[in-house]
Amino acid sequence: MSSGLLNEFTFFVLAIFVGIEVISKVPTILHTPLMSGTNAIHGIILVGAIVIAAGASSPLTIALGLVAVTLATTNVVGGFVVTDRMLEMFKGRQAAKPPAPK
Amino acid sequence: MTLVIAIAYLVAAVLFILGLKQLSSPKGARNGNFTAAVGMVIAIGATIPLLHFTTAGLIVIGIGVVIGGAVGTFGARMVKMTAIPQMVALFNGVGGGAAALVAVSELLTFGNHPPFAEAFPSVFSIVIGSISFAGSMVAFAKLQELMTGTPITYPGQQVVNGLIAAAIIGFVIAVLAVASVPFSFVGLMVLALVLGVAFVLPIGGADMPVVISLLNAFTGLAVAASGFTLNNFALIVAGTLVGASGSLLTKLMSDAMGRSLGNVLFGAFGQVKAGAAAVAGKETRSVRAGNAEDLATLLAYSRRVIIVPGYGLAVAQAQHAVRELAELLEKRGVEVNYAIHPVAGRMPGHMNVLLAEANVPYEQLKEMDEINGEFKDADVALVVGANDVVNPAARSSPGSPIYGMPILNADQAKNIVFMKRSMRPGFAGIDNDLLYDPKTIMFFGDAKDSLTKLVNAVKAA
Repeated sequence: MSSGLLNEFTFFVLAIFVGIEVISKVPTILHTPLMSGTNAIHGIILVGAIVIAAGASSPLTIALGLVAVTLATTNVVGGFVVTDRMLEMFKGRQAAKPPAPK
Repeated sequence: MTLVIAIAYLVAAVLFILGLKQLSSPKGARNGNFTAAVGMVIAIGATIPLLHFTTAGLIVIGIGVVIGGAVGTFGARMVKMTAIPQMVALFNGVGGGAAALVAVSELLTFGNHPPFAEAFPSVFSIVIGSISFAGSMVAFAKLQELMTGTPITYPGQQVVNGLIAAAIIGFVIAVLAVASVPFSFVGLMVLALVLGVAFVLPIGGADMPVVISLLNAFTGLAVAASGFTLNNFALIVAGTLVGASGSLLTKLMSDAMGRSLGNVLFGAFGQVKAGAAAVAGKETRSVRAGNAEDLATLLAYSRRVIIVPGYGLAVAQAQHAVRELAELLEKRGVEVNYAIHPVAGRMPGHMNVLLAEANVPYEQLKEMDEINGEFKDADVALVVGANDVVNPAARSSPGSPIYGMPILNADQAKNIVFMKRSMRPGFAGIDNDLLYDPKTIMFFGDAKDSLTKLVNAVKAA
């Protein structure tokens, strides 16, 4: 149990460093899409919501599970789709690159 | 079976990290989002076979996924590009809410005296998740203009917020030390929701994106805390990644505005606003207004024109009209560039997205550092729906709330044309001396109408 907690804590600390390191060189124009992308990733809470909803039996746990799963799914799906829509524009921009200058 | 899950979570974590890495370079950004989404599917897919579902549980999950999936897809597909910031706030808020509810649900199973190692992360997740939920909803309401977007302040506000925070900490200690009826957490949640609202109320205008980014990092931490409660590695790793990268991103965003995070959160804007309003009240200086024909002549016979687009352009959906004008001018041999301030639009990078949508060539979009030296050689700086990002007060008056913010040197151009709907101050709520500059010509009206008039006039010129 306590070694399990220690393991979790190790992952936690390492993830902090990775999280900072991995985006440290992001250009300003990508701030918004990156915020939106990380926003989608914390939608992983859907895994937690499914875990608690799976065993629901009392009215209270059913209600909690239903709301949690609904909110979490909205986060995941909306997050990834809206990020993709933003980045689609960037792709369009690069496609428009060759014919542009005259 | 658990081995399969462990491997799946590891793969998902690696995909999240790779996704983030790709998201931070323009070339791979879209693939990065896809990579992260694959990681998400793997993590969720691997979790499901391990669970023992009750019938009610299955139904609940089915309904939740269908509703959430529909709302998420519909919202993300339908939202206008200009409304992206509030949509991100909304998706972030619901994530925070979900994290808090997962923690509540888990706490209820612990009984009256949960061990500290289980109770602490749950309580943390409930508090942070609830703050993120309530704060994001206020941010959404402000940006969607369901309520006033300007800072809402009252005397002693910091003290009141401090007291709410202190009450939450006291409550947490009481809950953890004494432990007690599980439903004491309802009280905790209510307090945290109140703090979330109170914390975002005094923040307004241009600072909103920074707050949304901070709340995004909060949600990440709440998710990680829920992961500790559930002993779920996927939640811990993904939540922490977002918490850490979101915190750094928040700092990068406030840096881009030349302000510290503390200054953004604890309100220089609120305090100086009264002074700025007083100045605006006794404004008697005159401005020079021009008509489409004069301006068309000025533009058509210039050699170099720099367009400074702002949020007003986006609101008026004038991206296409501005590109048409630029193309017309280029045909006449005028050199046209766009000067993109890091926080033009409502969020960093927002303006690039909007102009890219209108097929403005990438090479013409110049970042601030790249173009600032060129304004002095420009014949015309055409400011379309921007205001604060060209306000010289940021350079010259230390008392101004935007003092120190890097600005575009539009004031150095030989002529400045301002397209604005009115003399109303910009997003930051402060007056702009550049509007009264003798070199400045105002062209009043909706950005799209004005640009269309200009296009026609240039054709005739």
